[in-house]
Parts: sequence; C-alpha cells; structure tokens
Amino acid sequence: MSLEVGVVRFPGTNCETETVRAVRDTIPSSHVEILDHRRTDIARFDAVILPGGFAYGDYLRAGAIAARAPIGDAVRAFARDGGVVVGFCNGFQQLQELGMLPGALILNQTLHYVCATVHLRVEGRPSAATCALDSGTVYQIPIAHGEGCFWADDEEIRSLEDHGQIVLRYCDANGDCSDESNPNGSRGHIAGICNQAGNVVGMMPHPERNADPLVGNADGVHIFRSLASYCLREAA
Amino acid sequence: MNWRAHIEVTCRPGVLDPEAKAVKEALGRLGVEGLGRTRVGKLIEVDFDAAEQAEAEQTVERMCSELLAHPVVERYSYRVESGGDQPGGAVSGGETR
Repeated sequence: MSLEVGVVRFPGTNCETETVRAVRDTIPSSHVEILDHRRTDIARFDAVILPGGFAYGDYLRAGAIAARAPIGDAVRAFARDGGVVVGFCNGFQQLQELGMLPGALILNQTLHYVCATVHLRVEGRPSAATCALDSGTVYQIPIAHGEGCFWADDEEIRSLEDHGQIVLRYCDANGDCSDESNPNGSRGHIAGICNQAGNVVGMMPHPERNADPLVGNADGVHIFRSLASYCLREAA
Repeated sequence: MNWRAHIEVTCRPGVLDPEAKAVKEALGRLGVEGLGRTRVGKLIEVDFDAAEQAEAEQTVERMCSELLAHPVVERYSYRVESGGDQPGGAVSGGETR
C-alpha cells in the first residue's frame, strides 16, 4: 500500500522541504506532496503534516492566523474522520489554535529562542508520531523555538496524564526529568501530546532535521516510521 | 453606523508572563523603586460597521473569543465607541473575561 502524505504550507512555513524529504526517505512507497493553505480537498490523504516555520509571521499568536486559513476546517474534519494529523513546532502551535489539542505554547521562560538537540522520553499511548518508539529509550531530536513553553491548568495536565496523552517529555541523557533538562519551562516537561484517540499529535521537536544518518544522529526517522506504521495499522 | 473597538488582551492571572518579568527587572534598573504587579499585553483597535450598540458589542465579543485572545492563557476586555473615525462618542465596555 502506498501512503499518501500531505505537507501543509502557509505563507511563512519554512520546514516543508525537509519534511517532504524526510517522508520520502523514511517511508518506502510513500507519495508526498505540499498542500497549499487554500486547499480544502484533503480527504484522500492518509496523513497530513503541519511543518515548522513562522506561519503568517506568528502575528497575533503563533499559529493563530494559520488556524483560520481555508485548510484549517479541512484539517479538523480530516482528523475527526480518523485521519492522521501531526504538527511539528509551529505545526503544534497551529493544532492548539485549531482547537485540536489542549493547552497553549507560550514564550519560553528564559525569554531566549532556543536551538539545541534535546533528549526526549517516550510515554503515554502509542500515538501516530510515537507508536514505533521504545518507551525505555532516550531519543535525541533538535528543537528550535521561542514559544514552546507548554502551558495548561492543573486539571488539564491531570487529564492529559490520566489519558496517556503526554507522549514526549524533555529529559536528560538518562531519561530523568529536571529543571535543567527542561529547555523552555514547559509544565510537566511536556514536549509532545496527542488527542485522546492518538491520531492527532503535536510536538515541539523537529524530527525532519535529523531524519538522515548524514547529519549524525538520525533519531527523527523513528517519528516518521511511527506515522507510517500507525497509518498502516489503521488501514488494516 | 461605524464603531471603534479598543481591545486589550493580557495574560490570565496565574499564567507565567516572562516578558512582564523582564520588563519589571529593566524598570528596576532604571532606578524605579517599589515596583509591583507588571503585565504585558496587546492593544488592538478595530473600526467596523454595525446597526446598533448591542450588535457592535456582540461582534467585538466574537472577535475576542474566537480569535484575538487565547482562552487558555489570555483574557480580554474592550470598549466600543460609536463613530470609528471620530474620537469620543458613546463608550461602553465588556467585563474582563
């Protein structure tokens, strides 16, 4: 079966090329194409990726204007029908603005834009972006953001924990979470969450930036393989 | 009839506001003493048409709740004036929410 993957591009998106390449390189027999933000005919795809960047210049709030583009309603409907939707970085912010994932991503507590490779721990339910990852392994994937501090109130955090929706946490090389291993001040060291079904996932790390052994560590590959195996399992 | 909305969006109490913290520290470095609560937000002004005051307020309420403020981390307040391009006029306001 060939996997049909769409990568959405808004004005200001800047990671679509790497994302397309990562999908091509890591998912054999996939067909991937860039989707203009004005499109609404996306039902035929198996998965839609919202890549990183600064859609609409991050005006108002990161992801806010993008979420009101024509493709926004289509992405919401696509996920409601069981389609896989994964957002990386700015894409995560867009998913929250679309109301598809809870919480908000606010200014890093350090006030600094942070660009680094971080350690990540996998937990929670087997989501569309993490189902092929091993919960006992610490992965390394780059982050690059100014507004990545995950915020939700206590009740929401508890609900995310209870439903296994926290799928990635910032940690150290041993898998332990501490203030030192939290690059942006996120509550609960949260780096990625999914919806209750697991088909919608948002994560701050950029797996497209290390999906090729050429760049050294290629842990990002596992995120794309998860996407593929989740889609194939759903189709089975 | 033309109206002008003045909308203020600020962080909800309890939400970390590192920008305000940095501003407060910088004000302290200016030599300002006794600094207390400091918040940083946005001011948004919009001129628009509506038949009457109640409709104008409803429209602004919608602008705020559906786009201008993020309900999880921000709250908003506004006032609506008649005569978008003339200063003054009848002023009404919504509660901060």
